[in-house]
Amino acid sequence: MLLRHTPKEITERKALTVNPAKTCQPIGAMYASLGIHGCLPHSHGSQGCYAYHRSTLTRHYKEPVMAATSSFTEGASVFGGQANLLQALNNIFTIYEPDVVAVHTTCLSETIGDDIPQIFGKARADGKIPEGKFVLHANTPSYVGTHVTGFANMTKAMVDYFAKPAEHKENRINIIPGWVEPSDMKEIKRIAGELGVKFIMFPDTENVLNGPQTGKFAMYPKGGVTIDELVSAGSSRGTIALGRLTSGPAAHALDTKCKVPCEILDLPIGIKATDRFVDSLRKMGGVNVPDSINIERGQLVDIITDMQAYFYHKKVGLVGDPDQLEALTEFLVSIDMLPIHIVTGTKDKKFEKRIKSLTEGLPCKVNVKSGGDMMLFHQWIKNEPVDLLIGNTYVKYISRDEDIPFIRFGFPILDRIGHSYFPTVGYQGGMRFLEKILDALMDRQDRDSSEIEFELVM
Amino acid sequence: MEPMRKETTEYEEKTDNWKDIDPKKVKQEIMEKYPPKVARKRSKHFVINKKVDDENYTEIQANVRTIPGIISQRGCCYAGCKGVVMGPTRDIINLTHGPIGCGFYSWLTRRNQTDPSTTPDGHNFMTYCFSTDMEEREIIFGGEKKLKAAIQEAYDIFKPKMISVFATCPVGLIGDDIHSVTREMEKKLGITIFGFSCEGYKGVSQSAGHHVANNGLFQHVIGLDDTVKEGDYKVNLLGEYNIGGDAFLIEDLFERCGITLISTFSGNSSVDHFSNSHTADLNLIMCHRSINYVADMMEQKYGIPWLKINFLSAEATSRSLRKIAEYYGDQKLIDRVEEVIAEEMPAVEKAQAEIRPRLEGKLAMMFVGGSRAHHYQELFKEIGMITIAAGYEFAHRDDYEGRHVLPKIKVDADSRNIEELDVQKDPEKYNPRIDKKELEAEERHGVRLKDYEGMMPDMEEGDYVIDDISQYETEKLIETYKPAIFCAGIKEKYMIQKHGIPMKQLHSYDTGGPYAVYKGAVNFYYEMDRMINSKVWDHIKAPWEKSPELSAMYAYE
Repeated sequence: MLLRHTPKEITERKALTVNPAKTCQPIGAMYASLGIHGCLPHSHGSQGCYAYHRSTLTRHYKEPVMAATSSFTEGASVFGGQANLLQALNNIFTIYEPDVVAVHTTCLSETIGDDIPQIFGKARADGKIPEGKFVLHANTPSYVGTHVTGFANMTKAMVDYFAKPAEHKENRINIIPGWVEPSDMKEIKRIAGELGVKFIMFPDTENVLNGPQTGKFAMYPKGGVTIDELVSAGSSRGTIALGRLTSGPAAHALDTKCKVPCEILDLPIGIKATDRFVDSLRKMGGVNVPDSINIERGQLVDIITDMQAYFYHKKVGLVGDPDQLEALTEFLVSIDMLPIHIVTGTKDKKFEKRIKSLTEGLPCKVNVKSGGDMMLFHQWIKNEPVDLLIGNTYVKYISRDEDIPFIRFGFPILDRIGHSYFPTVGYQGGMRFLEKILDALMDRQDRDSSEIEFELVM
Repeated sequence: MEPMRKETTEYEEKTDNWKDIDPKKVKQEIMEKYPPKVARKRSKHFVINKKVDDENYTEIQANVRTIPGIISQRGCCYAGCKGVVMGPTRDIINLTHGPIGCGFYSWLTRRNQTDPSTTPDGHNFMTYCFSTDMEEREIIFGGEKKLKAAIQEAYDIFKPKMISVFATCPVGLIGDDIHSVTREMEKKLGITIFGFSCEGYKGVSQSAGHHVANNGLFQHVIGLDDTVKEGDYKVNLLGEYNIGGDAFLIEDLFERCGITLISTFSGNSSVDHFSNSHTADLNLIMCHRSINYVADMMEQKYGIPWLKINFLSAEATSRSLRKIAEYYGDQKLIDRVEEVIAEEMPAVEKAQAEIRPRLEGKLAMMFVGGSRAHHYQELFKEIGMITIAAGYEFAHRDDYEGRHVLPKIKVDADSRNIEELDVQKDPEKYNPRIDKKELEAEERHGVRLKDYEGMMPDMEEGDYVIDDISQYETEKLIETYKPAIFCAGIKEKYMIQKHGIPMKQLHSYDTGGPYAVYKGAVNFYYEMDRMINSKVWDHIKAPWEKSPELSAMYAYE
């Protein structure tokens, strides 16, 4: 057994986290920064932070993840990191020549209390930020919130730094996609394009973290939202923010700063959430839903019809981030599955309430925990087994120990390739997700059935 | 089946040309890009290998701060302590005291394999991540209370025999005294509990963390169990982390030679073995950088001499086995080692003969770790490949130039922050394993003790030796030489592959390995053939990119 010491009996833990279902803010900020075109993310802290974040993002995306660091030593930790950041900005603009540097803080620089805007001011005054180049920052102390918060904070910083209020609003909307895969961002853009809606998406990691092999390395790949677009986000007629936690703060900031009204929706995972997204696009964009989208929707409904016999009342355990889990729970309930254990490491007051309301009326008890960890998740499973597990790569240890089929979904996925190329959002993404569920369940049925029961046609 | 062969590539047409490139010019061009202050500093880390006299090679600057804003391969002190040295030991609870990130990122991300069935209690906590998950409250009011409670909970639930605590950056800043907490809890719970002050900002790289970890192991674990085990030629293997199963192959080789392995620091390792390791008669060092401190301290306290060995490549393995046998000077061992070498070499030679023609003369570059960039060069040599550029991520001058420069190394403020333990002979347990004269002369039976000559003597003059290489320097080297393979870590992997150049991770071996000793060497030869001669490199250019003129011809016709 790989997790051989995990007891079935659950005891309350007040101080010890075992097998976290979250990580720290800065990595989320780094991922969001990569969704700005020509941007080099910069970690204001010790080298270890950026080394860990780059490693984890690289293992997940299997793509270059470029970023720089202030390389704090003990001296900087005592005297503050201003000198380090000034020197770093000078070196970065001279050597790596990005258009933008997106600085995020760490627990180290936050504990010291470095004032980034003040340091930026000094850097500008000293001529360390060349004309026509940009900097932005987000405060992302690792001891507050999680990676989800860090993503949200950096996304909001894009608004705070660049979006420009405008009296005249253009016939265009903003789409904030939330922490999803580059493939998902591409799919969201495709759907908006099918509807003929003009839009600005930020952040946008398509063509940054799912780039082609061309034999040529580009330090700053083709993708990403441009600074001009971020400026224009203030003159869009509305914003669709996907993901309450990851996109909500940026959308609200746009509303406050630039009077761009927003709608905050779930991530468009599954039929209902995608319906709401498409409907919002239609209304906000003032367009009709084209046949092409109706066909995709119909195909998704068609395969649910074909598959639902296999899904019906199968129990599922989910672990991941709140935005993903809320959408996914609704999706699973909508196909007659029973999500019964749901854990996120991110603390969020509304999460448990939302999950409870989504699972209301299911013929079973539903365990939900915000601010939980994977050990608790595992213990719940030991006490009430499930038919399917959905979560990031770390769940494979539980899956193997408990012999339960497992689908990788969320962050990080360190042992499979495909998530950055194939979406799970939208109707087509929904179809792919259902295919994965069905494959997992049927492979298990094939493996477990006796020779007598083994069937060709299923 | 057809062997996987690559059509002639642009690179192969150029293979003879690389010798025409002037390294000095390349260096100059790279340095020109840097701001003057940066160029001055980096040029001391970026040297062209040259023997200056009988003993010395060009001085290289190493183990100093990375310049802020320079994209480096390095990580932090915590990573070296918790991740590298303490991580691969299965039966200890490693509790990270800090915000969640540090614990999360070091959770199972190194490929240290372990076999819990070989220790009687079967404990294995390596699949777990334990953290105090510090939040704002603790940053403001202090985290000692939470740490104490976390240790108690870990004890109550898991009943481990040992717990260690790792300090992260904010812990040092807010002034939590992890050592007083661990002392108090040790007394309360009656098991070994101790802490590491391995805050990420300490030192200049992972290297500081190795030192901190060595100190902690030496002070709190080594020497706890005096049971003397049966067996001949009792050794400890130091600096072998069992990535991809390397240690398993070495264990097997020792067993066949009749060498008794007491403890490995730290791969497939157990704190039970660490506790008992002072009963060995010889320490063998693989990774000099990460673990030489323990070897030195064990020599001072217990009188155990150490030898530098290397089990990467067939040649180095044979040499190391013979060195160990010579050291003991026992004919039985000398003969047995020769028998084992004779058993192993035919398969190795067969593989070399098969692979060599496919890789002969191709260029390799490797920038990794504190020893691997040296050790792997010999593996490449065995298949005819040429290493023209190498360097370490976090090593010190002695790893490049040899230990004879140790007295000449200036200790700067960053190194002074890492405690040097004052080690004395143990009044009861000190037992010089060899003649006093031999110890003093640092030589026994013609075998040099405590000796490591470093990387530079094994490289040609004119080769690049680059410390703490930057992303920019990496790219320029690649563009200039188009090596057949580049070795580094995960952060560098895809940047290099996007250049169309295969990239082998030598920290984690990607998903491959083991590469140690004879069987591992054979694995490595085939792995290089697979990577370098893979068909994928031929797919990069689409047919219409290869000959765009065709459309014009149609128009003409």
